[in-house]
Amino acid sequence: NMASDEDSDEDFVTYGTPLEPLEEDEPIRKPVPVHEQTVKDEKGRYKRFHGAFTGGFSAGYFNTVGSQEGWTPSTFVSSRQQKAERQNARPEDFMDEEDFSEHGIAPREIVTTEDFASERKDQLKDKARAVSSLAALIPGDPGLLEELIAPARSSIGVELLRKMGWKDGQGVGPRLKRRQRKQNTDAVKVHGCALLPSGSEESEVGLNPLQALGGGSESAHINLFTLQSDRTSSLFGDRNSGQKRRGGIAGQAFGVGAMENEDADIYHKDSMSNYDTVLGGEEPGDGLYGWTAPQQYIRKKNDSKRDVVYLGRILDGFTLASQVTEIKTVYPPPDLPRDYRPVHYFRPVVDSSTVSPIVAQALLTSRGHLSQEAPQQGRHSLGSSQRRDMLGETPLQGPSSVFELLGSKDRERLNEIRSVAKEQNKSPDSLTSPAKTQASSETKTFKPFQKNPQKQARYDLYINKLKKGDKEALESSLDSSMTEWERGRERDEFVRAAVLYKPSNSSLSSRFTRSKHEDDTDSVEVTRDQENDVDDKQAAVKMKMFGKLTRDTFEWHPEKLLCKRFNVPDPYPGSSTVGMPKIKRDKYSVFNFLTITDSSHVSREGPSASKPPGSSTTLPHLTPEVNKKSRWDKTGKVSEPKDPLSAFLSETLAQSDGKQTEPKTDEEEKEEDEEEVRPPMDLFKAIFASSSDEKSSSSSEEDSEEEMAPSTSEPIQISAEPLNPPVSAQITPAPDISKVPGII
Amino acid sequence: MAFPQPRPQVPQLPQHLLRTIECQQGAVRAVRFNADGNYVLTCGSDKSLKLWSVSRGTLLKTYTGHGYEVLDVDSSYDNSQLCSCSSDKTVILWDVASGQVTRKLRGHAGKVNCVQFNEEATVMLSGSIDGTVRCWDTRSRRYEPIQILDEARDGISSLKVSEHELLIGSVDGRVRLYDLRMGQLHVDFIGSPITCVCFSRDGQCTLSSSLDSTVRLLDKSSGEMLGEYSGHVNKGYKLDCCLSDKDTHVLSCSEDGHVYFWDLVEGSLTLKLPVGKAVVQSLSFHPTEPRLLTAMEGHVQVWGAEPEDTAKLSSVC
Repeated sequence: NMASDEDSDEDFVTYGTPLEPLEEDEPIRKPVPVHEQTVKDEKGRYKRFHGAFTGGFSAGYFNTVGSQEGWTPSTFVSSRQQKAERQNARPEDFMDEEDFSEHGIAPREIVTTEDFASERKDQLKDKARAVSSLAALIPGDPGLLEELIAPARSSIGVELLRKMGWKDGQGVGPRLKRRQRKQNTDAVKVHGCALLPSGSEESEVGLNPLQALGGGSESAHINLFTLQSDRTSSLFGDRNSGQKRRGGIAGQAFGVGAMENEDADIYHKDSMSNYDTVLGGEEPGDGLYGWTAPQQYIRKKNDSKRDVVYLGRILDGFTLASQVTEIKTVYPPPDLPRDYRPVHYFRPVVDSSTVSPIVAQALLTSRGHLSQEAPQQGRHSLGSSQRRDMLGETPLQGPSSVFELLGSKDRERLNEIRSVAKEQNKSPDSLTSPAKTQASSETKTFKPFQKNPQKQARYDLYINKLKKGDKEALESSLDSSMTEWERGRERDEFVRAAVLYKPSNSSLSSRFTRSKHEDDTDSVEVTRDQENDVDDKQAAVKMKMFGKLTRDTFEWHPEKLLCKRFNVPDPYPGSSTVGMPKIKRDKYSVFNFLTITDSSHVSREGPSASKPPGSSTTLPHLTPEVNKKSRWDKTGKVSEPKDPLSAFLSETLAQSDGKQTEPKTDEEEKEEDEEEVRPPMDLFKAIFASSSDEKSSSSSEEDSEEEMAPSTSEPIQISAEPLNPPVSAQITPAPDISKVPGII
Repeated sequence: MAFPQPRPQVPQLPQHLLRTIECQQGAVRAVRFNADGNYVLTCGSDKSLKLWSVSRGTLLKTYTGHGYEVLDVDSSYDNSQLCSCSSDKTVILWDVASGQVTRKLRGHAGKVNCVQFNEEATVMLSGSIDGTVRCWDTRSRRYEPIQILDEARDGISSLKVSEHELLIGSVDGRVRLYDLRMGQLHVDFIGSPITCVCFSRDGQCTLSSSLDSTVRLLDKSSGEMLGEYSGHVNKGYKLDCCLSDKDTHVLSCSEDGHVYFWDLVEGSLTLKLPVGKAVVQSLSFHPTEPRLLTAMEGHVQVWGAEPEDTAKLSSVC
């Protein structure tokens, strides 16, 4: 053609990689010595040889499997979100890359698919083709061309064999059943894999293609049966599945061992048809089947003669039934209405106690279920007396407790013993156990057994007794007329209720533990020297009288190392204190209560400053500066000039109903108010001193207040030096502390 | 023959703008001269700390390592180390030359407002919003402070260190003077939250500015007020104040965009230097020359006593 005339080179098919063109002047390269030659695999990785003679190379990462880490199963997935899926392993999964290559065990190559096979044509397709050919641009059968260049699907040998009458999987001749053949030849029972003796008839399917074509001389077999493309894969191995197995490892990839006599069938493969796939499926000689009747018997099912048919076949120990069993009548299910939908909707069940009455009402009207009653109580959840009431029985007249059976003297004695025991138990226990003090304040608000008034009454009794420190609180408060079992149950319930159901503040307090050191509970560390009255200072600042009035000088101990770093001698050699000297102050003294909002920073009479005695009793004034909060972002006026109280009050009153533009003034206003309302110290003393004498109406607080009394009646020392020694048994409970500001 | 006594020079005020440095580090939270006044340190709100040359206005180094905006910086006497503090509650000791973090000290419970070296750079003192001043040892590897000064009842806004004294201003309205040599603590009540404190150069007085828009000069030993300066606006910001190089004037930032100069003795307003429209956040006076740094928004301005060209000449000479 034209192109080839112009450039004749283009007609050639180039194959392989061309050599680099040689240049004229190029010096001849030195041949690469053998030890420098490298072998790479198809991905360009170096292959390592080991073994001088074998020429074997390691796979991948130096004999590990595929990866640097070695062999990791591909199915192994370890994460909560991603579970390993079950995988069906194929043989290919276990093969190496090399096995898929051209010379491997399972070469992957291009095979003609059904669509392009010429052999058997689909009728439908033919028809479609014919139709399309009519409509095609080029008239005529396009299939003609296909016929001409049809790709060969099978080798010529197979083609020949087919022509001779050989069929796939069957061979030449009429089709025979393997079982039948076996029955005919041999009655030997073989279970499982039946290996025929090698001397017997070789092939059950007739012609062995190898023998047939090679004429028995296996060594010189002609490779007629394989196409060029099929050469490596055994074409017959798949198809004549009737080949028997020789034992040992057989297959294409493995050669014939030296110990084996024959090397004929190295191309043969094992196939599943060599094996029995059914257990014990050997047919009996008489042609009759087992007691499960095959079809021909089923047909004669209603025949009365079936006994006869079965006669010889009855199993040992069984006899034929004389009566025919009645056929069960089967009732058809009821007809469903046409519009029935098999879906059930649940109505919400709401407990009336948890829902507001409005909602409950709404639910009721909307036919939503509102459980009116508590869920139906079981028999055991009712007391015996309750059941008695429900049944309308009269209470038993007899003695309800063993006590009543005793003589009066014995009873007295018992009571005596009991009271003595009570006395012993009572005093220390009630004071120390915190659980009981917690329980003390509890019952008023919470009634766990409200539905059962009797039980609630017993519970209340129990709690009250518990408060008083009665060891036998539980036992004595239970109903003696109840059975032992009921009492046991109730005991458990009460104990649990007493522990669990506490009013919120006590449950909150239970979250905190007491500090380890006994000291800390009673006293708090306070810096010894305190600032002078801030009032005076502010007044001084206003009058611009800086100096003595605004300056406080304290003792301060720098750390030794700090002095060293500053090249300054330690001002207090031998002193171990660091910072401001601290003293311990009674934590729960009344004085601290009064200043509880700001306990440590209350200005007190310092040892240096001299003041009239009257001023020392005035209550400490809280300055707004004391409050720890940053005020950088405050833009408002910061310091409010301090006026005498009356003027100030009138001013702040006017401000208070206005907007809160100046937070600080509001604060001050509060302080001022507080100060004004605050009664003198004596009043506090009177209140707290008298509290020990007064009997509080609420029994629950009696104990704690009595304990409180000694600490409050201690002389209150305002000057810092002499400390209040820790008062004995001072466990002022938390509620009492919080009470004090409330009074103020 | 007697020479006439040289007339005492009229103190020069840095009123000429020499240079504006765009710091490129967000808002400049603080600007500081180094110990000898040749370099400038700026604390940026973008977590960076920058070192500049004053004479050329060029960036020399950027120190990064803070986790939040840098609030204060101080350089050691020998210019080998820096200490800075930040809103990330840490104090960092830097190596100037390498720009590496020598030590990062955690312990404050809130953002750290101010930091200072002592004279020999053996101790760093940092004051935090948590109300404590912590003394960190730069010599040892301990990560705990040597001592914690927790006498303040509110955040520490400013602190200065002299030879043996610590001057600490707190938001609780008090200026505390810790005298290590005497082992005493003097508390001066001012009443209004303190924004800045500083010593006078002669070490006899303390200057404190507070949120009542007043700067007060107190006698250090007695606590008596020597002067009160007002006229500027300082109501919400933590603004700096300082004294001029010869203790002749008192300077303070203002929220109205000016720097106010008062005569120290007379208390009269000498100069109202217009810096810009925004708040003058920080200022720093040169240790020996009449030179001033002001920080406003994202830039720093350098002010000198003479206009640019002559200043250049003098710096060359």
